[in-house]
Amino acid sequence: MDVLDLARWQFGITTVYHFLMVPLTIGLGVLVAGMQTAWVRTGKLKYLRMTKFWGKLMLVNFAMGVVTGIVQEFQFGMSWSAYSRFVGDVFGAPLAMEGLVAFFVESTFLGLWIFGWDRLSKRVHLACIWAFSLATIASAYFILAANSWMQHPVGAEIVDGQPRLTSIWAVFGNSTVLAAFPHAIAGAFAVGGAFLVGIAAWHLWRKHRDNTGDPADREVWRGSLRLGGWVGLVAFLGVAISGDFQGKLMFEQQPMKMAAAEALCHTEQPASFSVFAYGDVSQPDCESVKSLTVPALLSFLAHNDFTTEVKGIEDLREEYGEKYGTHYPDDPRLGELAGQPVDYVPNLPVTYWGFRLMIGFGALAAGAAAFVLWVTRKGRVPRTKWFPRLALAGIATPFLANSFGWIFTEMGRQPFVVVPNPNPSGVDGVWMYTAQGVSGLTVGEVLTSLIVLTALYGGLAVVEFFLLRRYARAGVEGVMPPEKPKDPDEPSDKLTFAY
Amino acid sequence: MDLATIWFCIIAFLWLGYLFLEGFDFGVGMLLHRLGRTDTERRVLVNTIGPVWDGNEVWLIVAAGATFAAFPGWYASLFSSAYLPLLLILAGLIGRGVAFEYRGKVDSDRWRRNWDRVILAGSVIPALGIGLLLSWNVLGLPLDAAGDRVGSAFAAFGWETLIGALAVAGFSIVHGGIFITLKTAGELHARARQLTLRIAPIALTPLVALLLLVQLRVGSAWSWIPLGLVLLAAALGYLRLLADREGQAFAAMGVAIAATVVALFGALYPNVLPSTVDPNFSLSIADTASGDYTLTVMTWVAAFGAPAVLVYQGWTYWVFRKRISTSHIPPVHVP
Ligand code: HDD
Ligand code: HEM
Ligand code: HEM
Repeated sequence: MDVLDLARWQFGITTVYHFLMVPLTIGLGVLVAGMQTAWVRTGKLKYLRMTKFWGKLMLVNFAMGVVTGIVQEFQFGMSWSAYSRFVGDVFGAPLAMEGLVAFFVESTFLGLWIFGWDRLSKRVHLACIWAFSLATIASAYFILAANSWMQHPVGAEIVDGQPRLTSIWAVFGNSTVLAAFPHAIAGAFAVGGAFLVGIAAWHLWRKHRDNTGDPADREVWRGSLRLGGWVGLVAFLGVAISGDFQGKLMFEQQPMKMAAAEALCHTEQPASFSVFAYGDVSQPDCESVKSLTVPALLSFLAHNDFTTEVKGIEDLREEYGEKYGTHYPDDPRLGELAGQPVDYVPNLPVTYWGFRLMIGFGALAAGAAAFVLWVTRKGRVPRTKWFPRLALAGIATPFLANSFGWIFTEMGRQPFVVVPNPNPSGVDGVWMYTAQGVSGLTVGEVLTSLIVLTALYGGLAVVEFFLLRRYARAGVEGVMPPEKPKDPDEPSDKLTFAY
Repeated sequence: MDLATIWFCIIAFLWLGYLFLEGFDFGVGMLLHRLGRTDTERRVLVNTIGPVWDGNEVWLIVAAGATFAAFPGWYASLFSSAYLPLLLILAGLIGRGVAFEYRGKVDSDRWRRNWDRVILAGSVIPALGIGLLLSWNVLGLPLDAAGDRVGSAFAAFGWETLIGALAVAGFSIVHGGIFITLKTAGELHARARQLTLRIAPIALTPLVALLLLVQLRVGSAWSWIPLGLVLLAAALGYLRLLADREGQAFAAMGVAIAATVVALFGALYPNVLPSTVDPNFSLSIADTASGDYTLTVMTWVAAFGAPAVLVYQGWTYWVFRKRISTSHIPPVHVP
């Protein structure tokens, strides 16, 4: 393994890991803020109990989101210094703004929320959780704008061989981010919804089976379950609609990614959508692949009609070679790749299956939400033990969909780290091969960090899972001690929610 | 002053904010075992920084992000050359953040003891690493013409950087000690004050040594002023703590660290990252600055964003201004 491969593995592992925490924080943040709003407005204890319970789980997750985020921030400079030097003028701005505008708000107001339960007035305290959760959404916008710029560079011009920012509005108004942002946020709500459904279903079922728990407790689980189910369903609608937009942009902006997503070898008109392939998709000649297709659907996905021509891998490979060169430049920084032919075809099994798994797991999550909503209608609770098992397993599905979505998006743009754009809406001549972006490090350094970070993340995953499970099982009593009659001798200025 | 120079100053300011704020967080972590004899006492200590430690850490994230945006070449060369120290810093910060959040989540002595060790390591290691990074940045790294490090991962280690590492760690422990004195009441308060008074003269020595070293290597006539100011402020802080005025002592430490940042970044100017291989390879403000448009956009954002941050972070400290003691700590209630 060389530095490039190691750095790519490290970036992939650490980012996918970061994005396990991110959607849960975003999804739960807004939902908890909504619960607390309901409490402040109605004064019903049920909503306070929901706020405390789900809020606690959100905090356990948030800590991991923060610490894995710092790694991301540093990693561009550490492992991808040539990339950072090249794009910094444009790409650095949204990153810096994310810190200044979003992270400061996020971290400060969450601190106020955790420790402010009885030091702030109800309304100010409520405002704190809203400030926090809106800031997580803002941070998503900034970082997705940065990522979208790599997929589709806009608002820049080349000066002395380097992209220089010419319009920050173009970067924030990039068509790519306008579609990716609702997609990623809806994906985050899919996670939040499934999380509520899974845990609430288990509690509801157990209380029902054992006939235990006071009715107030049941209300909490029932409310959470119905809320989560609806959020999950609407979120799926959101990802489907925004995903359709993304597909159309991808057709224009990254035709090779589109072809790779379908393992479409030869140009087709009209093009059919492959539902499932058998055989070996890794062969770009495709002779060995048979797939189950829906005629003309791909044309529709790409361009809203059933006749559009969609280019295949073979034609695109030739086209890319003509435009961007058939060989890597003879640059010593490229190491073994210098002067070698460029492979313009991304890893086909990953892109092809990544795309399908994203949609498939998303559909499963939506199906589970619909199912749970149906079987719990009008106050019913199923007695079968499959019910909680299914709902708990359902928690994993939107996480998987999100991970596969990112893996597809990022792997599908290879071999570029900044993708060149064939259409007039992007800027001309701004692009970079992934191999050119990596730092001039020693293998030992990157291998060390890959091992250290992976081991650390693995260990912390176990700890976080253990804690989430423990708190999820304990239910509301675990976070809200039952009211005791006040002891007059005891000082009343105890801290709440203290560490 | 042109925009690039203004951004150089803004980045210095972000480092100042970081060292001042996370400095006492680190100090609290380092003193956790020494001062907190019972679990309740340790909970008091952790809770003094509970609401604010994450907000303080964001100063580092923004310092890195602002360097990326305003001086991509500086960010790229420094972060890739200092790869291993940064990895250690990251590992420490990861452990520390998780430890604060998780130590009280399970009612078991073993669980808490283990996380307390992580807090200790996660405070000592990043403080040393940050000191190493800053002193490297000022004294120079072996950079070639392209801005890449020449030689092995350890090429730049030396006794000077050891002083730099100890400087930040030493400052943090004193700063944290004063902070605890300021934020707690009762026995912890007395103990923290006594300990800080005892260790301060030794703990602050590396900081002074670093500043002298920088002064002798790259200083100019004016930079004796901040150096003098550091000594003065530290002495004053000591006397105020002795007089039971820990609030003023804390402010004096703020002046000391501000003067330190002025001295270090003043020594750097107009470079951002000197090369020890050949002065011609040193990265300067002019070499690495982003375009005027980018800097203008960033300046607008900072002009509105930074004061807002100061206001709401300041408000947080106001909300949690009360001293805390063991009597404020509720009984453990976890599943
Ligand atoms: C779609 C959303 C999204 C995406 C794609 C990313 N993040 Fe993230 N990040 C968040 C959404 C988010 C968040 C929701 O705002 C987090 C997650 C949990 C949290 O604590 O805040 C966060 C935390 C977080 C933090 C800690 C902030 C703090 O201390 O409060 C940093 C430094 C980063 N991220 C940086 C990055 C970088 C450099 C990324 C690109 C590779 C990245 N994140 C991808
Ligand atoms: C703004 C956000 C992001 C930016 C700027 C970004 C940037 C990058 C960069 C620079 C690389 C290394 C070059 C490469 O190997 O392609 C990379 C790779 C990768 N990223 Fe992203 N990324 C972002 C978000 C994400 C997220 C949130 C995920 C998933 C959770 C993700 C998944 C990956 C994966 C899987 C790779 C490895 C690709 C490979 O090795 O081929 N990225 N990304
Ligand atoms: C009908 C269903 C869906 C369609 C048509 C769809 C479409 C797409 C497309 C075309 C992309 C690639 C964008 C690009 O690279 O330019 C993408 C990316 C992505 N998808 Fe989906 N998707 C669907 C469902 C889902 C679901 C259910 C989730 C998660 C719960 C999800 C999460 C993601 C993520 C995280 C990315 C990468 C980040 C981004 O580009 O925003 N998708 N999706």
